[in-house]
Amino acid sequence: MALIEANNLTKLYRMGDETVHALAGVSFAIPQRDYCAIVGPSGSGKSTLMNILGGLDTPSSGGITIAGNDIGEMSDDDLAVFRNQTIGFVFQSFNLLPRLTALENVELPMIYGGVLPKERHERAAALLQRVGLGERMGHRPTQLSGGQQQRVAIARALAGQPALILADEPTGALDTNTGIEILGLFSQLNKEGATIVIVTHDHDVARATKRTIEMRDGHIVSDELNDRSARHDANV
Amino acid sequence: MMRTSDLISSAGRALRANPMRSALTALGVIIGVASVVAMVALGSGAQAQVERSIASLGSNLLIVVPGAMRGGGGVRGQAGAGGGFDSLTLDDAAAIAQLENVAVVAPSQRARAQVIANGANWNPEVNGVTPDFLIARDWNIAQGRMFDETEERQARRVIVLGNTVAINLFPNMDPVGQTVRMNGGTYEVIGVLESKGQSGFQDQDDIVLAPLSTVKRRIAGRRGRGDTVSQISVKAQSEDVLSRLQEDVENTLRQRHRTREGEDDFTVQNLSSISETMAQTTGVFTALLGGISAVSLLVGGIGIMNIMLVSVTERTREIGLRKALGARQSDILHQFGLEAVTLSVAGGIIGLVIGVAGAWGMTTLFNLPLVVSPLNAGLAIAFSGLVGVVFGAYPAWRAAKLDPIEALRRE
Ligand SMILES: Nc1ncnc2c1ncn2[C@@H]1O[C@H](COP(=O)(O)OP(=O)(O)O)[C@@H](O)[C@H]1O
Ligand SMILES: [Mg+2]
Repeated sequence: MALIEANNLTKLYRMGDETVHALAGVSFAIPQRDYCAIVGPSGSGKSTLMNILGGLDTPSSGGITIAGNDIGEMSDDDLAVFRNQTIGFVFQSFNLLPRLTALENVELPMIYGGVLPKERHERAAALLQRVGLGERMGHRPTQLSGGQQQRVAIARALAGQPALILADEPTGALDTNTGIEILGLFSQLNKEGATIVIVTHDHDVARATKRTIEMRDGHIVSDELNDRSARHDANV
Repeated sequence: MMRTSDLISSAGRALRANPMRSALTALGVIIGVASVVAMVALGSGAQAQVERSIASLGSNLLIVVPGAMRGGGGVRGQAGAGGGFDSLTLDDAAAIAQLENVAVVAPSQRARAQVIANGANWNPEVNGVTPDFLIARDWNIAQGRMFDETEERQARRVIVLGNTVAINLFPNMDPVGQTVRMNGGTYEVIGVLESKGQSGFQDQDDIVLAPLSTVKRRIAGRRGRGDTVSQISVKAQSEDVLSRLQEDVENTLRQRHRTREGEDDFTVQNLSSISETMAQTTGVFTALLGGISAVSLLVGGIGIMNIMLVSVTERTREIGLRKALGARQSDILHQFGLEAVTLSVAGGIIGLVIGVAGAWGMTTLFNLPLVVSPLNAGLAIAFSGLVGVVFGAYPAWRAAKLDPIEALRRE
């Protein structure tokens, strides 16, 4: 069974008399260890889909299961636990808490997971080491560059040992070179077994992944394996 | 689910991030709790003072004075409305002494006299009494001795000084054995009374005790001569029989004076029931003071609510992020609720300290006992905690209900 199975998902927003079909019936499956980009113009429904995949929102109709969880049926508290245990979020604007150090930011999801302090520290330290910030654990976000902040955010996304990493425009706030570094980190994580979905409007970013799902007006208009990574995979 | 220790450290961190704001917010509660604590302590002090000074008049004591009490209230009987000043006699005292449950009966006659010694003069109340007076009033001799029955009967010129009189007439010497002049006569000081302190605004120590017969014969005016007395102190054998004895005394005097209830020419005051009434009155007064100050605590609570609402608005994005990372509604509710409670309880503790200090200052100034019960202190802290819960609840609920998607989108 695929990690994500979406079946005829819809999401309607009512604005007065008008109804917006943010998602107008999308179906797809994402297997374990996939590395996939969702692209499309602004307003095509990418963020809406992303929120549903992340358990932040529920669909108006249709079925969606992620790692065996039926998202449509869950209560708010169940969704909170689901986000904590199953999803790792990476945001465009990093969303680190400015008062906390890098280490404490990485610990944050584990606090809500009820992990004991000692284990929390150790895991957070190991994750920062993993994303190349072993020397910067005590720094606050303002003392870090954008690329470093996004690495902290990625370490935080990994903290709950999630089945799925969701990244919304993760390179949107970074310069080109730093963006490439971050995408390199994602690739590496994916090779080590992580399932990653990136939302982006940038086709260069999409090309760095294995698979591109293109959306328009709430529909999926194409869903293709990327040549280069397909070739790359074939070479391995 | 968040662990409690994490909840506490996260609330502490949030409050320390804005120390000035936290301090000013707590200040509202500090002022509220401090004024409640100070006012209640002051009121309780006044209450204790009233009880103490009434108790210092003597325990299990009935005081019979001539004349009917006007209006039926008041501590000190205003004699004179019905029956005049001279309705009580020594025979009345003797009759009361025959009643059951009586421990001691002490008739006394008041007078005023100029007392002169060493060129100093003083104008105390001179009270002609029998030796039993000291027993009736639970009064002790500090120096020297009290005059005895024989001296009383023989109308000797011996006196016992109240503490205030002794200090003022004989500032640097032992008064016992000295002589004073009163109304042209010479009197020997044979003792000094223990100090009793103030009763209301009256100094109980500003008194001279002399044998009743001496006062009648040599000091009191024409009115005080003869068989009449200005007061009869009746001590009951125990507190339990006091009310019964009061009725017996009233009935006996009515019989002897041939009066009917309602037309009495005397009044029997029961000091313990007066004391109770006074304590109730000061109790109401204390509650009123406390209630008024509690309003300022309420204002402090509204200050907390205001700042917590600002804080929730400012930290909307943080709340959204925490929810995205797995915080449940209850986690957010507890986090913000705990911040409010921490502010109010910290304010409560500081307010308690300031309030006790203030109460100490005021009671020292007004010469009252300082009464701060651990119960009241605990109540002040608990109440400030309650203020935090009540006024923190709405902002925390707003935070918990935030939609994470909306919250994360906010700049
Ligand atoms: N909370 C909302 N209320 C009303 N309409 C919304 C809301 N969120 C998204 N939409 C609408 O749904 C459509 C898809 O939006 P979105 O998923 O944000 O697109 P994208 O992320 O691809 O730019 C847009 O037309 C947008 O206006
Ligand atoms: Mg979007």
